[in-house]
Amino acid sequence: MSLAKRLAYFVGLPILLLVLWWALTIGNTNFFVPKPLQLFEIFGDVWFGDRLVTDVLPSIGRLLAGVAISIVLGIVLGIVIGSVRLLRQLTEPSLEFLRAIPPPVLIPVLALIIGINDQMKVAVIIFGCIWPVLLNTIEGVRAVDPVLNDTCSVYGISGGARMRYLVLRSASPQIMTGIRQSLSIGLILMVISEMFGSSSGLGYAIVQFQRTFSVPEMWTGIILLGLLGVALSLVFQFTEKRVLRWYHGLREVDR
Amino acid sequence: MTAAQSPPATRRSIPWNQHPIASPMLGIAGILLFLAVWELASRTGIVNPRFLPPASEVLLQLGRNFVSADFWTAVGQTMTSWAIGLAIAAAAATVIGFIIGGSDFLRRATHTTIEFLRPIPSVALIPLAVLLFGVSIESSLLLIVYASFWQILIQVLYGTADVDNVAMDTARSYGLGWWARVRHVVWPTTLPYLITGLRLGAAVALVLAITAELVIGTEGLGKQIELNRSGGSVVPMYALVIATGLIGVVINIGMRFVERRALRWHSSVRGDVAV
Amino acid sequence: MSNTTTKTNRGPKTGVIEVPEDVALSVQHLKKVYQTDGGEIEAVRDLHFDIRAGEFVCLVGPSGAGKTTLLKCIAGLLAPTSGLVALDGRLVTGPPKGLAVVFQEYGRSLFPWMNIRDNVELPLKNQGVAKDERDRLVDDALEAVGLAHVPKSYPWQLSGGMQQRVAIARAIAYQPKVLLMDEPFAAVDAQTRADLEDLVRRVWKRLGITVLFVTHDIDESVYLGERVVVLSSSPTVVQEDLTIDLPADRDQLETRSMARFTELRGHVYEQIQRAKAEAPNRTSSTPTV
Repeated sequence: MSLAKRLAYFVGLPILLLVLWWALTIGNTNFFVPKPLQLFEIFGDVWFGDRLVTDVLPSIGRLLAGVAISIVLGIVLGIVIGSVRLLRQLTEPSLEFLRAIPPPVLIPVLALIIGINDQMKVAVIIFGCIWPVLLNTIEGVRAVDPVLNDTCSVYGISGGARMRYLVLRSASPQIMTGIRQSLSIGLILMVISEMFGSSSGLGYAIVQFQRTFSVPEMWTGIILLGLLGVALSLVFQFTEKRVLRWYHGLREVDR
Repeated sequence: MTAAQSPPATRRSIPWNQHPIASPMLGIAGILLFLAVWELASRTGIVNPRFLPPASEVLLQLGRNFVSADFWTAVGQTMTSWAIGLAIAAAAATVIGFIIGGSDFLRRATHTTIEFLRPIPSVALIPLAVLLFGVSIESSLLLIVYASFWQILIQVLYGTADVDNVAMDTARSYGLGWWARVRHVVWPTTLPYLITGLRLGAAVALVLAITAELVIGTEGLGKQIELNRSGGSVVPMYALVIATGLIGVVINIGMRFVERRALRWHSSVRGDVAV
Repeated sequence: MSNTTTKTNRGPKTGVIEVPEDVALSVQHLKKVYQTDGGEIEAVRDLHFDIRAGEFVCLVGPSGAGKTTLLKCIAGLLAPTSGLVALDGRLVTGPPKGLAVVFQEYGRSLFPWMNIRDNVELPLKNQGVAKDERDRLVDDALEAVGLAHVPKSYPWQLSGGMQQRVAIARAIAYQPKVLLMDEPFAAVDAQTRADLEDLVRRVWKRLGITVLFVTHDIDESVYLGERVVVLSSSPTVVQEDLTIDLPADRDQLETRSMARFTELRGHVYEQIQRAKAEAPNRTSSTPTV
């Protein structure tokens, strides 16, 4: 396929949709219907002024901190539980239950225990994001190929070296799947933890716009969250491609 | 010689926790241990019991919930929006998925758009839902449908991409029309993927149903949790949190059961997907 | 010696087993019983043989003869139910140093996330071998298996035969005294297989290591080995221990067309047929060897 054709496929539909949106709202005076050019004009004013420092960056910071802690904790605990059969048997049903609790209900619980502050918001993100990483890591550690395991034993690769060269790498496809799920849960929790009795942050700002009927501003907030989601997903895909290059290559050959 | 000598030596060689009933027993022990730690943490005051009441009190309240009509009304409200939302999302995702997946052109043309819309967190739509629908069930449905639609759509697209070219060519050479091909070739291949999508969508739908009730205030368990929190009724609040977890477990187990059943009678795909 | 052999592998605390001086690997009254839900399965009943240092021994037996079980016991990956394995006069209780294994499943014994060179280098790196020494050993090993030109490729980018060459390179770079090979060529095509057989003979001669080569292919065992140990059907005992008196320089065409080769092959074939036929009778009686 030629480059031009690929580009057409890549941007064709998005451009078509934007033009449609623009054309259909051109003479519309309905207060609730956003217009693309108007949103484009106010987007910078709304988000790149003071709000960048008071709302946007702190939100992103909490999200990244929560997700990072979840990933590290999830992988470490997952390796420990996954390697010890007894621990796995003991914790499996409990983890199954904890994972099934819809993470947002932890917001009132943690608001009670910790209070409404930054730590609570990060804790909410951790409580929601750790399960996919933890459970996927356990699965991955369990599924280490027995032949590779024997190979390591034969060549005297044990302990930390075995973790580093065998277990972590072998479980990395499952771990990455868990991280992807964590990222989308983290973003959701970041937003609603701020909608809930808070006075700053992206989620708070958007709800404020809605309450004061600043509808175009509210729409720019929705778009900003969308862009944030897309950005996270792109960063993830980029990382995943590099970390799991061997895995995708292997799968390609197996097909 | 073998029969007389080996048993004592070998019984020792099998670890006790590999006994067939060891896993469920240990699992129950794990839960009891978890509850015991919780109970102790609260009773000894390591965590302020006003914020974390003892497990026994919460479980007692949960038991009382099970015979309370109000509790079941709230469960019913939550599950109604869950079911309607999931059904709308599944129907829409299946139809749209089959249309897009059936055409190479559409698949390519929609790729960027889908990849852009999919990561948008559905909770970003909360303000919009409030403006449009207020605290009615439609607010919940908007969030639930948006979130679970993408999960199911992506799986259906994977499924339609997995259709065997040889089977498709065979069907075409025997003169099967578009509808017949969809029914006899595309549909059976895609069904397992669709069910996986349903399982993932069902979990997400519950999260969004509770979230909508919690944040927007539509009727259901989430709203009850928030009411109890703001009213300082800590024990009932914890009991409801546990209840949402139990509903989550039931949905997960139920959907996995459905998935396994569906894959079993679909022997053509069992080898690939059942593992 | 015979009185030590009845002990279990936990018996001798010192770990030193008395064996004749030139014996590299000694398998003494080895027995392995598996526990399953359906009861016990006796995979190996009573295996007893010695391999002298520098020998090339082929183990051949009907499929399901417990060959892999035996090999795992020797490699220290499985604990025998009774009997023992000694490597260089030392009791094997876990994977011993100085022993390398080439598995049948070449695709699953190489690390798919490492390139060829890293795969071969890893065991040496793990042992703390200095960088210069490591590079030399890896280069030599890759050279010896004819893979010096693809060190940066990943295993899954190579054909099955090439992957098995990498596994062999990794084994020889490790500088083992004993090399175990578990049906290494069972899953590669015939032409590649002939090449690999000659490769293994060359490596054995050049390095002077002891090779125990497990196979179910009678031709292969006679062509490769200096000695062929024929195993019975499960529960396994040694059916026959045969010296292969073919010339040391083996050639795929010449050796295989020798009258003596045909004779030996016929003999091993008969033994295996007999082993299969006798199998049902032996399940409840004591071994005959």
